Amino acid sequence: MPTPPMEAPPAIELLGIDKSFGTVRAVKGVSLRIESGTITGIVGENGAGKSTLMSILYGLYHADAGEICIDGKTVRIEGPRDAIARGIGMVHQHFMLIDSFTVLENLVLGAEGGPLLAKGMAAARAELARLGRDYDLNVDPDRLVADLSVGEQQRVEILKVLFRGARILILDEPSAVLTPQETDRLFRILATLKERGVTIVLITHKLREIMAATDRVYVMRRGEIVAERRTTDTDPEALAELMVGRKVRLDLDKAEAHLGEVRLKVEHLSLVDSRGVRLLDDIGLELRAGEIVGIAGVTGNGQTELLQVLAGIRAPTGGSFSVCGRTVDRAHSCDPAEMRELGVAHVPEDRLRQGMVAAFRASETSILGHHHEPPFSRNYIMSNPEVSAHCAQLMELFDVRPRLPGLRSDSFSGGNQQKLVLAREMAHEPKVLLVGQPTRGVDIGAIEFIHRELVKSRDAGCAVLVVSVELDEILSLADRILVMFAGRIVGEVEQRRADERTLGLMMAGAGAG
Amino acid sequence: MSGPRRPLPAWADVALVPLINIALAFVTVGIIVRIIGADPFHALRLLVVGALGSSESIGYTLYYATNFIFTGLAVAVAFHGGLFNIGGEGQAYIGGLGCGLAVLALDRYLPVWALIPLAIAASALFGAAWAAVPAWLQAWRGSHIVITTIMFNFVASALMVYLMVNVLIAPGSMTPQSRTFAASGKLPAVHDLLRGLGFTVGPSALNLSIVLALLCCLGVWVFLWHTPGGYALRTMGHNPQAAVYAGTDLRRMTMVAMCLSGALAGFVGVNELLGVHQRIVLDFPAGYGFAGIAVALMGRNHPIGIVLAALLFGALQQGGTELSFEFPTITREMVVVIQGLIILFSGALVHLPRPWLQALLARVR
Repeated sequence: MPTPPMEAPPAIELLGIDKSFGTVRAVKGVSLRIESGTITGIVGENGAGKSTLMSILYGLYHADAGEICIDGKTVRIEGPRDAIARGIGMVHQHFMLIDSFTVLENLVLGAEGGPLLAKGMAAARAELARLGRDYDLNVDPDRLVADLSVGEQQRVEILKVLFRGARILILDEPSAVLTPQETDRLFRILATLKERGVTIVLITHKLREIMAATDRVYVMRRGEIVAERRTTDTDPEALAELMVGRKVRLDLDKAEAHLGEVRLKVEHLSLVDSRGVRLLDDIGLELRAGEIVGIAGVTGNGQTELLQVLAGIRAPTGGSFSVCGRTVDRAHSCDPAEMRELGVAHVPEDRLRQGMVAAFRASETSILGHHHEPPFSRNYIMSNPEVSAHCAQLMELFDVRPRLPGLRSDSFSGGNQQKLVLAREMAHEPKVLLVGQPTRGVDIGAIEFIHRELVKSRDAGCAVLVVSVELDEILSLADRILVMFAGRIVGEVEQRRADERTLGLMMAGAGAG
Repeated sequence: MSGPRRPLPAWADVALVPLINIALAFVTVGIIVRIIGADPFHALRLLVVGALGSSESIGYTLYYATNFIFTGLAVAVAFHGGLFNIGGEGQAYIGGLGCGLAVLALDRYLPVWALIPLAIAASALFGAAWAAVPAWLQAWRGSHIVITTIMFNFVASALMVYLMVNVLIAPGSMTPQSRTFAASGKLPAVHDLLRGLGFTVGPSALNLSIVLALLCCLGVWVFLWHTPGGYALRTMGHNPQAAVYAGTDLRRMTMVAMCLSGALAGFVGVNELLGVHQRIVLDFPAGYGFAGIAVALMGRNHPIGIVLAALLFGALQQGGTELSFEFPTITREMVVVIQGLIILFSGALVHLPRPWLQALLARVR
């Protein structure tokens, strides 16, 4: 890669970094340079090696070969402590905060500055005020982290890193948990940090964010840097193609839906939890064979609970729903196993916590919920060869990589985990398919694939209910869109007539009707 | 290839780490033995000879190991279901009660081939029932299983003292023990069986319970890794939410896991009462239930590992007894200290040698 001569040494320079896990070469001789005071994006599909590369820079992994230079000097980074000492800070995708501590207490954690807290705390308070002023990052130091919004919690994470003196900031998928407004706010903060001379590395797979926030972008594919671009010289389509290695259609074309019989009918459904909070309020909807109904809404407006009730995980406290001839209400509750027998498949929102067992082999995860059925089990004995063969078949059908049924489930990337779960649920040709956040934490190549599979299943006559917080996804997938707000369905729109603005208003509870 | 975070290869994880832990424990013990003024190498030699030096001592080692296998399996089964059963001691005690009651009630009417299976079933049933109460309390009332199983150990102990002193005591006896079982209530000793086959070995307490123990190992292995029920149990242990998603009733599965665990612990009663004492006595579990936690921990909750760990603990128990006979300075309590150190090193400090070993292996490669 040509590296133009610069007056100042680059903030980070990586030379020939190589890293293998067992037989898999995750990073193959990567060289890159990140200029001081810029925002650099690193994009790539899940498993392309971008997180591994940044973990090497942060000292979480050690490179097998290669050199790391910070500010022009070759350094050895043995662990995060070294990285912090060299001014490198990392903001992880999952926050590392203690909910029951205040902002200030979280800030000084690990940097208390002496055996007695009071002195360190006072110094930290002053420093926090300074950082807030300098970088326009104001957070009330005395509030509990649990009471902060997700966006504010992320600001605390950034403050934590700055507090430790970081001049180079690595952000790993920072927008994964944010609303669009919070993401905009984050990018404004990053711009301010850049003005003050902080160097920022942004790891993401969202091309829109690369375009909005970065100066320069590196594209990684299969452990290698395949391109380096000035952001102003490129566009999302070109980047997507570089990432995946082939032309990618960012839009989804699908034929007109052919509606069949009503498979799921929900009437006056409500759910009140043990503290009396009304989570679902008088929900009514109909789902027909051969259509995809999308449920849009900001996280926490009852979508999670609706899916749980329909999947049989929670019993409704009022109203009823009937699915494939079985009516479920408070008196006639239903468990997930029975739902599955009725032909209801469920891809849960949180696949790591619900849809799979992290410590199980992929083959074991691939039969979760069907473990007592033949051919996996006969006469109370499980057949491991059958299970592995089934898993291998699913992996082939849904292009799950690597195709290793014996690998631990959590060793797969997010996209491949999701494909495995989806493959499992679709393998039994369900009558009703409930899908929560089909592409959360999933890369572009896999998103395209998952969307096409969902449409294929719709065309085969399945009734599909998709819950997603990604409005784009709902807009491109769903034939009909329902909007949820505060546990109620506040609007219904045909796909043709839907646009982001009206849906956005409904999602905010303004367009009820 | 380097890096302190690189995981150990499987063989090192399964074999080398436990061996290093044991070695560290022995070195520490050696230092303590030195401090109390004895020769550690001489003591070690006595320990090994005491445990493995004759057919008789090997018999005793295996007899002790039988108990450790039962309680180790008990802890492991519950652990795979995400439940920490600390009540093996009480479940063994009550299991023995069931076993003894069955024999006392029927030994005059039934032949040995009918009575022994019945008594074994009774130990399992009573052990399971004693575990079922804490399981039910956890599943339906949310009481933490660690607390309730511990308390049930004390309840079992008090109950047994009451029963032995007031109800089951042999008429006219001054010691709190039941009447002796009839001949049909005796599980054959291994040395008797071998003599029948023409082999002469020294007499020991080793009896056919060890066959039951090995069958239990096989059964646990098949159940956990080759049946849908075991699959559901392990799912619950790793990820309860995924188990609910898969359609498993967590309450029922908690009962299943704990009852199996209690039944396995209850088999200690078979080894002790049917095999050795021939009557119900006080305090026969003698800490096996607690040691089972260490056995399971060291055996990585896998039947093969548990057998190996049980053999080690059996050898320590037997060799330690011999040691305390020979050495005036090394008392029974000292042997308990040795066991404690092994538990400490292979349990609580299990990760102590790991980083060091990882670095070493990385350099070798």
